[in-house]
Amino acid sequence: MRSSALVLFAVLLSGVVLASEGGGGEAWHGWRAGNDIANKTSLQRGARNFVNYCLGCHSLQYMRYNRVADDLGLTQEQVKSNLMFTGERPFDVMKSAMPTSDAETWFGRAPPDLSLTARAKGPDYLFQFLKTFYLDPDRPNGVNNLALENAAMPQVLADLQGTQKAVFVLEKKSDGNGEQMVRVFDHFEQVTPGRLSAAEFDEFVRDTVNFLDYVSEPIRAKRESLGLWVVLFLIVFTGFAWALKKEIWKDVH
Amino acid sequence: MATATEGTAESRGRWAAFVRWIDARLPVTEFWKSQLTEYYAPKNFNIWYYFGSLALLVLVLQIITGIFLTMNYKPSEAEAFGSIEYIMREVEWGWLIRYMHSTGASAFFIVVYLHMARALLYGSYKNPRELLWIIGMLIYVSLMAEAFFGYVLPWGNMSFWGAQVIVSLFGAIPAVGPDLVEWIRGDYSISDITLNRFFALHVAALPLVLILLVVVHLTALHEVGSNNPDGIEIKKHKDSKGKPLDGIPFHPYYTYKDLVGVGVFLIFFAIVIFFAPTLGGLFLEHPNFEPANPLNTPEHIAPVWYFTPYYAILRAVPDKLTGAVLMGAAVLLFFFLPWLDRSKVKSIRYRGWLFKLFLGAFIVAFIGLGYLGLQPAQGSYVIAARILGAVYFLFFLLMPWYTSVDKTKPVPDRVTYHA
Amino acid sequence: MTEEVDPSRRQFLTAATMATGAIGTAFAIAPFIASWKPSARAKALGAPVEVDISKLDAGAMMTVQWRKQPVWIVHRTREMLDRLPANDSNLKDPKSDSSDQPPYAHNEQRARKPEYLVLLATCTHLGCLPKQRFAVGVGEGGPDWPGGWFCVCHGSRFDMAGRVFQGSPAAVNLGVPPYDFINDTKILVGADEAPKKGAA
Repeated sequence: MRSSALVLFAVLLSGVVLASEGGGGEAWHGWRAGNDIANKTSLQRGARNFVNYCLGCHSLQYMRYNRVADDLGLTQEQVKSNLMFTGERPFDVMKSAMPTSDAETWFGRAPPDLSLTARAKGPDYLFQFLKTFYLDPDRPNGVNNLALENAAMPQVLADLQGTQKAVFVLEKKSDGNGEQMVRVFDHFEQVTPGRLSAAEFDEFVRDTVNFLDYVSEPIRAKRESLGLWVVLFLIVFTGFAWALKKEIWKDVH
Repeated sequence: MATATEGTAESRGRWAAFVRWIDARLPVTEFWKSQLTEYYAPKNFNIWYYFGSLALLVLVLQIITGIFLTMNYKPSEAEAFGSIEYIMREVEWGWLIRYMHSTGASAFFIVVYLHMARALLYGSYKNPRELLWIIGMLIYVSLMAEAFFGYVLPWGNMSFWGAQVIVSLFGAIPAVGPDLVEWIRGDYSISDITLNRFFALHVAALPLVLILLVVVHLTALHEVGSNNPDGIEIKKHKDSKGKPLDGIPFHPYYTYKDLVGVGVFLIFFAIVIFFAPTLGGLFLEHPNFEPANPLNTPEHIAPVWYFTPYYAILRAVPDKLTGAVLMGAAVLLFFFLPWLDRSKVKSIRYRGWLFKLFLGAFIVAFIGLGYLGLQPAQGSYVIAARILGAVYFLFFLLMPWYTSVDKTKPVPDRVTYHA
Repeated sequence: MTEEVDPSRRQFLTAATMATGAIGTAFAIAPFIASWKPSARAKALGAPVEVDISKLDAGAMMTVQWRKQPVWIVHRTREMLDRLPANDSNLKDPKSDSSDQPPYAHNEQRARKPEYLVLLATCTHLGCLPKQRFAVGVGEGGPDWPGGWFCVCHGSRFDMAGRVFQGSPAAVNLGVPPYDFINDTKILVGADEAPKKGAA
């Protein structure tokens, strides 16, 4: 079973648990990243996106630049000029320059390292997270997020996506505790436009999530291609072993 | 001038002399004969009989991959999580060794559960194999402890919270509870100190216990000989040379047959390792890809799938102590099977419908409880767990009755075998 | 209904199974052995180091670490270099034919540029760190001492090009690591070629 299908199922399940599906409301928790880690150009764009928009706060402490270069088919020079801006060496890990204590002071909590987030929460969650920021005057940053309620992170991609307002409706929800009226998300309304069109922004987010998906397990592509040969070999071996067993057991009556 | 035949006769003679030299000092040939070429096993083994040798294979795999993991793993709170990522990303082929070990842990339980199921199907726990069964149960309990300690080592968020929940269960024991929990932890909460001692238990103590128990298990098995799908004692009918009529030498027949089992097992093993190592969160849980955080509990704390039947029983009971006691009882009842089962008949092939009904219900309950243990403990899930939990216990508690009154079929003298 | 046993089929199948099994086992063992090779972290920690030699005065020596080993960089004076040929008859291997150095250090001065000597500071006898003895005519070397290093562990002596004197327990000259000049004030120790950068 594809693990991505199971993650989707988990996300959908949690979506059902978190909000009643009483009709109406964009099914944002059904949005899928749709990324392909075999697409190296997408990964390269995603790497560039990440370094330009995310690395300022979020580290990838388990990822070395030279590994990114090798896996994404980039030369040392390309990595140096596109991804390394503050004197890192190729074998260095991708650490954010922001000191943790400052980050906690500015944002209330330190921006987490993102090396494994795609494995812990899934690429679909990351995709949804980056797309569901909305204006919320009650929050210190002025924004909130549907995928991560009361997120401490500002809307870093605002100039690309533009800003949007979330419209909620009241719906009757019945569970084990009886009936209540709850605020349910209905739809977004664009407030200011972004530099990118909706489709372009989707691709931007998809590429970035693709890169994070790759970062969470850099060996994935290689292990799947190697696996094919291993399984084929084992089938051949088992075939011989089975034929041999049948042959030897002719002696048993 | 030696001819070709003289040459080989000479080398055969030299080999024979070498073997005699060894045998005079260490009984290798005697061992080879008594355990393999002249050890007779029933000829009617079916698919259920692959899992003993597969369990041994998985044990060896876990030890080898475990040793290589220990070469790079750091058992400290500060470094454990990072060292796993180091193994996954920076040690050459480290990712493969890690996935073999994590998949192997789940594979171990799949194989062991099927191995135990065989015993239930064919009455392999009954006289004269009661002690064999008990030793096997001790292996099972040790394996559960080994898996529990091992899961804490990556120090992910589920490692931490799983340890927190299970260790705090002991606090329910009256009078000694809280002190016992502190003694197990070595600290006031699950910490670096707990991690380090669990590491020692997982890497050294329990593997030694497991190896010892497996040796004793095989010794006990070879003393009484294997059961078989017909539940017949093959030693009852021997030929003029003392060999069981329905027996065949373990080598080459079962060595070659088990090799096929190994091949098939490795195919499934490889498919998981190379294409779905997390198996959707069943073999490697998603929250464990985040470091341990004492301030943030995962949304659904669940143990790995092989513990979930017992976890479901624990959560089905509203009282902490009773839940823990019932959970322990659920495991302990297995030990008493040889004496709970009053039937004269061993194999399900010749048992009556009552036993088949109860055994079928038990299997459904076990799997059902396993599924429920993975779900949140709410609403209808809890009700279902209580029902299935009752079925589970009734399988054991009513066994003296239904195995006595069950209408069995006549058991044949000789095994059923079709070439 | 018994089948005739065909021994050649049996032999073939046994051979085929054993051969496939052996190949499979070899492939299965290989990753474990490979896992002992230096990891990415080891390679990162063992990466070449940049050394700033702008403050290294003539006649002075500095010690740096590369792959945890000590490495000397000596700014040799004209006099030190002039004294080198006179040592040849007292040396075990004046042409450095038996010792370990990159091709660009296989010369009389054992260096890319004669003024700067880069040496592995490990005595080629049993691995101690020799002591600096640049002063001429004094110390353990006696009145004819031309300057160099003296290893206190077992008494090996080396000249100002790291070449071993006769009578020393060490058999070969001190090793030279791979190195290159980044520019006039920076040396990269640990690689044969350094990307050139303008003077910092």
